[in-house]
Amino acid sequence: MLTARVIPCLDVNSGRVVKGVRFQGLRDAGDPVELSMSYERQGADELVMLDVSATPEGRGNALVTVAAVRQELGIPLTVGGGVRKAADAGALLEAGADKVAANTAAVTRPELLTEIADHFGSQCAIVAIDAARKAEGDGWEVVTLSGKNRTGMDAIGWAREAVERGAGEILLTSWDRDGTRSGYDTDLLQAVSDSVHVPVIASGGAAKPEHLIEALQSGADAVLAASIFHDGDYTVGDIKRVMAAAGIPTRLDLTADTP
Amino acid sequence: MSGREVVVCATGTANLASVFAGLKRAGGVPRMAQSADDITEAGHVMLPGVGSFGAAMAALDKSGMTAPLRARIVLGKPTLSICVGLQLFGRSSEESPGAVGLGIVDAPVTRFPETVRVPQFGWNDVSADPGCHVVQDGFAYFANSFRMTEAPAGWSPAMADHGGPFVAAMEKGSVVACQFHPELSGAYGQGLLKRWIDLPC
Repeated sequence: MLTARVIPCLDVNSGRVVKGVRFQGLRDAGDPVELSMSYERQGADELVMLDVSATPEGRGNALVTVAAVRQELGIPLTVGGGVRKAADAGALLEAGADKVAANTAAVTRPELLTEIADHFGSQCAIVAIDAARKAEGDGWEVVTLSGKNRTGMDAIGWAREAVERGAGEILLTSWDRDGTRSGYDTDLLQAVSDSVHVPVIASGGAAKPEHLIEALQSGADAVLAASIFHDGDYTVGDIKRVMAAAGIPTRLDLTADTP
Repeated sequence: MSGREVVVCATGTANLASVFAGLKRAGGVPRMAQSADDITEAGHVMLPGVGSFGAAMAALDKSGMTAPLRARIVLGKPTLSICVGLQLFGRSSEESPGAVGLGIVDAPVTRFPETVRVPQFGWNDVSADPGCHVVQDGFAYFANSFRMTEAPAGWSPAMADHGGPFVAAMEKGSVVACQFHPELSGAYGQGLLKRWIDLPC
């Protein structure tokens, strides 16, 4: 049967992996190719690379980074950041991405998802949704521009619309939890995964294996994490052994398991 | 390193960078097919598969590669077909009503049931029939919404389960078709690619 995926996330700025809380205060976390290969050896099921470069020069570097990672990496690679039109997605796919994630630009112009799906297939079109609990009332709203903009748009409604427009998968980040190490927002995960038929990747808040298991038991099909891997707290293999012991279908035929 | 040439057949919007990188890591020397004759004369041909059944067949028809591809499969020349490439072996697919496949096998291609997440994204457990020599047991990476549910007669199947059994791969002599992506299936996939590349032409 299909196994739950563990997905390390690399935030890349001008060709280097960086990390920071809520995308602020970025610190260097290593070379993208070396880190990617290390995670594949540890048993990562996929990788996500988010280009957080703020400048056009940095964005140009992202394509070079994707191509360099692709030469070595033998597992799927999703790339996001700065995807504003189908041609941006095409350039990333040509460089070696297998899937492309659109975030702010898809909120601003939802047709973008349809364009990517029409050109490259829904299996390439990932919508990244950053969601935060509404200040008033129940539910979550979509936030964009790295959290600077609270849209007021209902996150569940946007997830449904994104899928109708062609998104084949949802990368769902809890803005309240991201970088806090307090666990995924399992209520948000349950609400979104109950509302759509496509796979949902949980993101934001992971600090220990139990957090990833909670997310998978709350409807997520895959779990994404960054700092717990970059900081060396756990290897991917460490996490997957705990998952398997908890009865979660897990791919454990790891060829090597060292950082 | 075998350094053996692999001619890759364009089907439009495939993940060619991943396919090329995977073939190189497995010891192959990939290049794009330039003409229909390429498909006939090449030692090894790979048919990568991303995109819909109808769009992939339209691309093959337009480039004149449908007939030489079908011929080399029937003759049993080393051919590796991936993802929608496996589905193209059938006559038709629910995905693209009216589109005509290669018709190598008589097996319907249908969508996964509503009981499971679609697309199927991720690693699934593949069980290979004892008659399989290139495909082995192990975890492989899938990205698909449609599949064959029954192994065609005369082919050695490898099966997996997502809302019921489906054909994860099938092989017959030097012809191998994988619903999964060997180029994205880590060490498992690289081993498969190497065994196929090493088959005699």
